[in-house]
This record gives sequence, structure tokens and C-alpha cells, in this order.
Amino acid sequence: MWALGMAVAASRTRNPVLLVLILAVTGFVVSARRSDAPWAHSYAAFLKLGLVVIGVRVVLQALLSTRSQGNIVLFTLPEIPLPDWANGVKLGGEVTLEALLTALYDGLQLAVMLCCIGAANALASPRRLLKSLPGALYEMGVACVVALTFAPQLVTDARRIRAARRLRGRTRGSFRTTAMPVLEGALDRSVELAAAMDSRGYGRTAQVPRRQRRITGVCVLLGLLGILLGVYALLTDSMAFPLATTALAIGLLLAVGAMAIGRQRVTRTRYRPDPWALPEWLVVGSGALAAGSMITAAALGIEGLVLAGPLVVPPVPLLPVVGILLGLAPAVVAPPLQARRRELVAA
Amino acid sequence: MIEFDRVTVTYDGATEPALRDVSFTVPEGELALVIGRTGSGKSTLLRAINGLVPHFSGGTLAGRVLVNGRDTREYRPRDLADVVGMVGQDPMAGFVTDTVEDELAYSMESLGVAPDVMRRRVEETLDLLGLADVRDRALTSLSGGQRQRTAIGAALTSHPAVLVLDEPTSALDPQAAEEVLAALQRLVHDLNVTVVMAEHRLERVIQYADRVVEVPGGSAAVSTGLPAERMVTAPVAPPVVELGRLAGWSPLPLSVRDARRAAVSLRGRLGDVAPLRSVAATGAELARCRDLVIGYGSVTALRGVTLSIKAGEVVALMGRNGAGKSTLLNALVGIVTPRSGTATAAGTDPLRTRPSKLVKAVGLVPQEPADLLYAATVADECAAADADFRMPAGSCRALLTRLAPDVDDKMHPRDLSEGQRLCLALAVVLCGAPPLLLLDEPTRGLDYGAKRRLVEILRELATAGHAVVLSTHDVEMVAEVATRVLVLAEGELVSDGETATVIAGSPAFAPQVAKILAPLPFLTVGEVATALERAS
Repeated sequence: MWALGMAVAASRTRNPVLLVLILAVTGFVVSARRSDAPWAHSYAAFLKLGLVVIGVRVVLQALLSTRSQGNIVLFTLPEIPLPDWANGVKLGGEVTLEALLTALYDGLQLAVMLCCIGAANALASPRRLLKSLPGALYEMGVACVVALTFAPQLVTDARRIRAARRLRGRTRGSFRTTAMPVLEGALDRSVELAAAMDSRGYGRTAQVPRRQRRITGVCVLLGLLGILLGVYALLTDSMAFPLATTALAIGLLLAVGAMAIGRQRVTRTRYRPDPWALPEWLVVGSGALAAGSMITAAALGIEGLVLAGPLVVPPVPLLPVVGILLGLAPAVVAPPLQARRRELVAA
Repeated sequence: MIEFDRVTVTYDGATEPALRDVSFTVPEGELALVIGRTGSGKSTLLRAINGLVPHFSGGTLAGRVLVNGRDTREYRPRDLADVVGMVGQDPMAGFVTDTVEDELAYSMESLGVAPDVMRRRVEETLDLLGLADVRDRALTSLSGGQRQRTAIGAALTSHPAVLVLDEPTSALDPQAAEEVLAALQRLVHDLNVTVVMAEHRLERVIQYADRVVEVPGGSAAVSTGLPAERMVTAPVAPPVVELGRLAGWSPLPLSVRDARRAAVSLRGRLGDVAPLRSVAATGAELARCRDLVIGYGSVTALRGVTLSIKAGEVVALMGRNGAGKSTLLNALVGIVTPRSGTATAAGTDPLRTRPSKLVKAVGLVPQEPADLLYAATVADECAAADADFRMPAGSCRALLTRLAPDVDDKMHPRDLSEGQRLCLALAVVLCGAPPLLLLDEPTRGLDYGAKRRLVEILRELATAGHAVVLSTHDVEMVAEVATRVLVLAEGELVSDGETATVIAGSPAFAPQVAKILAPLPFLTVGEVATALERAS
């Protein structure tokens, strides 16, 4: 949830100083709080992905730049004439500093959001995420997690079966001799797992009247729709601010209500649930504050979130900077490693 | 506690019922052992107890199964989860979570047990099954015995009245199997749990059974009885029982301890007769490893193994799970690349030879026999094998008929029972008749009949000048067929010598006959029989 807050903050600005600051904050928290589990390295992977995004963005802009923005010409690429139907698209030609910088900042924004997702990944395991899901969503969650853990298993299977092909004296494999055994094996395993889960009481439910089940379903759908609408509006300014917040609030309310009703059907209990105490609230709060400060700044029209022109030296507005720095809090307040962090799981 | 009343199970699309007119009862607190040939319907019977058959598997069930007063027609498996705990053939396939403690708590979470009760029961189960020191470990890092005990524990925490186990010890080495059986014994004696278990390794479990349910397969009727009575006539019997029958002991002993007491006079009669053993006629060297070092990542699987295997030998490779047995076999067919040292198989370097040429020199049946099988029917598979190995058509099918006579040509290889599938993979590899034959755990899931046929075929191959290497946990099989035994521990070769000298002296690897007749050097019932004939 903290990472989500940071991502929202990133989406509201194109100021490179602020973006780099967000990047630094997430990077610091990840390095301070990650474990040695296999998923903990995903932050670096997302960082690389972000760099690739920036690169692609800049190169494409250079190749396809129309001379619409700016007039400081850096260098000129040979222009390739295109047929008429591609009117408006220009390949090659003059490359302006303004265009490149805009592309760089846009790319940076996307890259920072990717890094926030990477941070969430690095700090939380899918199974722990499952533990904190609301009861009503638990069964769906189990299905997702089981599906996730099957992917590495498939790779191991494929390797084993390729090795076994040698034993039949075959050099080249066909679809029949590689993919089929792998898929059949995966299917067998999932059937066996399903049987095991069934015989261990997975999916036992309390009796609930049919009408109530329907109401729950409708509530969940409407709630999710409301949330989506609200979030979209908040992030893109396409709707009036009060309208967007109302949609978001109603959506949240409906969804929470549906979860609460759905919970009655579920009879399962939790073994040693992770505590949700002050540190967890602080962590989530810091993310929310970072996002909140950005949104308020945008709403108040504070200078510096969106640059006046690409060539202006980026100003440093006070409120957003303080907000982002608040995002550092998890590095200090998050419970120590051995207590198995899960505050960021919700992200 | 468990009552089968005229139960007949027919799967969808099958012409014959998998179980026919089965009636028996298992009273509370008994350990019932389900025996029968490979593919005779034991697993179906076990899965009918908690309703997986027919709720999960499909098909129709006629008659009635009552468990603790509940009819499985009305209760789904998940609604029986508080009464029946189920442990499948492969514990790893049934794990839902990723650490031992979470796995133990999983069924209780599903059943909605209160958190404080859950906490207490997990601690109790950890102690009961001796899992306390691995409680935080990832399930993938556990040894075979620990996994099996975790699976049993996971089924136990919800305090079921009935525990159902499908071949709990067949993939385990002798020490791990003893751990698991000791745990089961405690459950039956101290906690009054009713246990129903299917197992081929009768020599390991028969002494613990209170009742035997025999599933003969086909149209013959399922029958139950006391172990000692059933064993007098049972077609499948462990060595201790066969020795008892040979010596005419009554009542028939089921454990080594009882047999040893009864064997005083037999030992006297055999005292001055030495067992006849044909010395293996060894020929040219067919496999050689020199200072072989193999590792995966940071784990070293083999540390400098040097060995030589000659034509005409049957070599048994023994050792704990994870001692490096499979790695050694894989190195001989070039599946793994050594870090240093060399491996040669039948004069070829397995890493540099084309697969089509290599299969003419060395054949391996892998641990997962299904990996070798691609075709949609048994008949297609056999035809493909004949083509792969350039053998006359029908030679693979003929071998299969010898190993497992009742495999249907039109079946899909995946629908065969585990034992039948192994027979098919064996037939595919044996079909090429490579000079060097490697078998990785060939006896998993095989019944005594199939094992006996496998022994015959291996002996024939050895006499015909092949070299056979088999990695196995099955000491009785080793005693029957092996001429030489290699024991691996932690990737090092710790003993290498004739079967009699290596296994008779070891407390873990000694076969039952050797334990009963010690200090006399007999290993199998066959040896005792010929010795008695010569003495009289």
C-alpha cells in the first residue's frame, strides 16, 4: 500500500527532481528492509526495465520527432520520405533538445512507477499477501498463488523431459515430445493438488441464503467499478475533484460492505496471523501521505509539478518534497526482519 | 468406524468396474493394511473412504461407504475433512503452503478451528512426529522421510478419527521408512486413530497390521482377515513369511523377532551348509568413472567417485535419499556434465556421442518413468520404441507382456498405475538391449510378482553379457539379484564389495533372512531352500 502511494505520487508530476527523489526513497527503503528470499531481487529487475523504458522513449522520440516543439536543434538525422498515407509522421530529420527532454521526463515518470511496483514485489511474498486478503476473497487468492508457484515447476519439468529425450535416442524434439509431457505433468499435478486440498477441507462454507449471495456479488462488482472510476478520475483530472472523490468513497464503501457480508460464508480461521499494529499503520500512512501531498499540491495549483517548458531549470516545491520524504519512514519504523515484515504486503 | 457395504465403483468410460461388490468393516483403532497387485484398485478403495471417489474422480459408486456414521454419498471430501485425514502417494504434490508449520495448520484453518486450539495442536503434532527442529524450514528443503511425516502431521492436526495413507514408505530409504512407521505405530497405540494403508513393501509393514484387506483385482472378491491367517495362503508375501512357510512354522511369524525365536532349530540344520552362490562371470569393462566430481550450484552431489563395472555384473547402488545415486547414473548417460573427472559407458564418452548412437551403448530408466513416454496409447509407445531402437516390430510389446501381463494396448500411458507405467518404461529401454543398463529406483510401486519377473529379466541380461546398475532402497531385491553392492553417502563411495559381505553386516541394509539366520551367511529364501535340499 505504501508502494501504491508512492506510485500515485509519481504519476502526478513530471518534475525530474521530484521523480528522482521518489526513486531514491523507494530504493533506500528496499535496500534497508528486504530479505534474502528469491523475490527480493525483483527491485533491481524493475529498475533495469525502467531504464529500458526511458531509452526506448528517447530513441523513438529522436527518430520520429516532429518539429512541433522547440527550436534548439541538437543534430540532424537523415530524413526518410514516407508515402502520403503516413502523413504527419516523420522519420529522421532535426532533433530538438526540447523534444528529447520531454521524452526523457515522460520516460522517467513511467520508470519510477515501475520501480514502485518493483519495490512492492521485493518486499512481499505472494503467500504472505494471501494471508492478509479479506476472508471473502481468500479462495480466489489461493487459486492465483497456486498458479504462480506452478511456473517455476514447469521450467524444471521441461528440463527433465529434455534430458529424458536423450534416453530415447532422439536429438530433435517436437511439440509432441516436449510440450505434451510437460503439460500432462502439470495437469496431473494440479489434479492431485486439487484432490489434496479438497480432502483437507478447502472450500467448506457455511450455509447462506441465496438472495444474500446475490447481493454480495452485485455489491462487489459495483464497488470495484466505483473504485476504478474514482482512481482514474483522480489520476487524470478528467472529472471534477469532488465528483471523483465521491465515486471513490462510494466504491470503497460498497466493496468493504460486500467483503463483510461475504465473510459470513467463510468459516475458516487463521493460524498465527501477523500482527497489524502501530508500525504497520505508520508505514501505510507514510505512503498515503506522500500521495496525498502530491494530490493536494496539484489541486492547489502549486508551481513546479508540471514544468512550464522543457528547458526551465526544475524548481523544487516545498510541499511535495516533504511528502515524498515522509515515504522514507518505512525504512525506520517497519518491524525488524525476523518479525517477518508484512506491512508492505498490502501494497 | 469404516464400513463398505456392497460397493462397486465404475469410472466413466470404463467397461469393467474398478472395484466390484466390496464389503468389509474396519473397527475403531485398528491398523488395516490394503494389499494387492499393481493396478488392482487399491488407490480407488482408499479414495472411496473420504469420498474423493466418486465426488472428485467422477464415475459411479453403487452401494454405501459409511465413515464414522457419515455416508460418503451425502458428504463431499471437504465435509469429511474433520473425520478422514488423507495422505497421497507423493506428499510433495499435496502440499499447499511452503513451510512445515503453515502446512500443519492448513487443514485446521480450512475447518475453522479456533486460533488458540490451532496453536496448541501444531505444537503437539510437531512433538509427536519429531518435526520440531524443522518447523520453519521450506518444504522443498526437507528429506523424503521428513516430507512424509509432515504430510501425515498435516492430516493429523485436524484430529481425524481415520487416517488413510497410500504407499507411505515406497519411495523412502529403510531408515526413513522406519521413522514413518514408528510414528504411525504411536498414533494407533496412543491416540486410537484408525489407520488404513496401502503398501507393497509387506516386509516393512505386515508386523504392524491388525487386519489385512486383500484387493485381488479383476473379478475376484475383496477379502479381509487377520494378517497371520491371510499370510498362510497369500500369493504375495514378504521373505519372513516365505521362510516360515518353507520351515513349516506355526503360527506363522510376521516379524523378524518372532521368526528368530522360531528359527533356532533351522539355524542348527543349516549350520554346516554354505549357501551356493554362482559367481558372476565378469567380462569386459562396460562402465568406468574416474575421480568424478559433480555439483549443482553450491551443492556437491558427487565428490571424487572412482569405479569400474564389468559385463555380467548386477550392481546395486544404495544409500540415503540425496546421497548422489541418481547423479551418478545420469553422469553415465551424459545428462549431467562433470566438474572434473571422466565417465565412460560401454567404451563411449556419453557427453560427446550422438543420442541415437548412445542408446545402443547405454540405457537408463529415469526415476520419473513417465518422462520417457510420449505416445497416446501403449501400443503406439511400443511401436515407437521399436522404431527408435531399430528393433523388429513387436519386441517391446513382448517384453511388456512378460513384465506386466495385463496391460491393455489401448490405454493411455498416464492412465496406467504407477507400477504398470514403470513396466512400460522398462520395456521401452530394455527393448534396445544396450550393453550397459541403468535403472533408477526400478521397484517403486511394484508388487512382488512384478519384482520377481524383473529379477528374472535382469539375471537373464547379466548372463547374456550385459552389465546392470540399479539404484534402489529395496534390500530384498538387492539380496535377490545383485552380485555387487556400492554404498554412497554424501557423494562419496563408502563401501564396494560382494552383496553378501556388504549388506549382511549392515543393520540398515540387511535383508530379513539374513537378520533371522545371523550369523549364518544366507540372504534369500531361495538360498535357504537349496541348502535344505542339499542337507537332506
